[in-house]
Amino acid sequence: MNSQAALDPRYAARRLPGIEGVWVFVAADLAVFGLFFVSFVRDRGRNAALFEQARQSLDAGIGGINTLILLTSSWFVALAVQAAQAGAARRIPRLLAWAVACGLVFAVLKVIEYAHQLRTGTSMLTNDFYMYYFTLTGIHLLHVAAGTVILLILWNRARAGAYGRANCAGLEGGATFWHMVDLLWVVIFPLLYLLK
Amino acid sequence: MTLVWLSLVLATCASTWWLSSDGGAVVLASAAILAIAGIKVRLIMIHFMELGRAPWAWRLVFEVWVVVVVLAIQAVYLRWVSV
Repeated sequence: MNSQAALDPRYAARRLPGIEGVWVFVAADLAVFGLFFVSFVRDRGRNAALFEQARQSLDAGIGGINTLILLTSSWFVALAVQAAQAGAARRIPRLLAWAVACGLVFAVLKVIEYAHQLRTGTSMLTNDFYMYYFTLTGIHLLHVAAGTVILLILWNRARAGAYGRANCAGLEGGATFWHMVDLLWVVIFPLLYLLK
Repeated sequence: MTLVWLSLVLATCASTWWLSSDGGAVVLASAAILAIAGIKVRLIMIHFMELGRAPWAWRLVFEVWVVVVVLAIQAVYLRWVSV
């Protein structure tokens, strides 16, 4: 009975995956963005008509597709970590490559969106809504860029066989950062594009 | 993992293309969209980020963040809606 318990995954000790420093950063980043979100909703309340009118010029379809893209990229990353933990290291590089591809597509779509907005004369100086829009999505895009670089580094190391059951802290740490990037957009998108 | 992803995709489609369509109870739809966003964030945290298996203190920090931020957004949003 005791040896059974030792092998039972439900009795596995709780652990923080990856690198604690990354989690501290994630917590801090989430705190800052949280304040940003509430600030947006408060300013929105004071200028509801203006914000709603500006919101309608956004393309929720592209935003929704971008959400699906980031969710899928996180899925690939989660599968890669799962593969490492299960000792199936050969699967990791391809999964990470797909995640990188998703990150790049997101960035391209976002830049296309920005280009269209700037061409039609809309910038972060146009009004308060657009100040929030460009700042929130812009800072998020920087996170996407950093995260994609991290994923590329992880992919490269995975190709060299760096990750496996006994060594996946780096992979998990990078994954934690990427999931944060995904998670932030999951809030940013409805807040800016959908909230009426 | 795949089940979580499917749930996230469905929730996203519901919010983006169904709940946000014009007409009907706007305030209710917006509240639902925010709630769904909170659920999606939590799914990502618990399953993708593996907080479900993390030490309780760490898990609590992030669970609290989700609740506080979603409730704060809802509260501020509703406060201005009734004006």
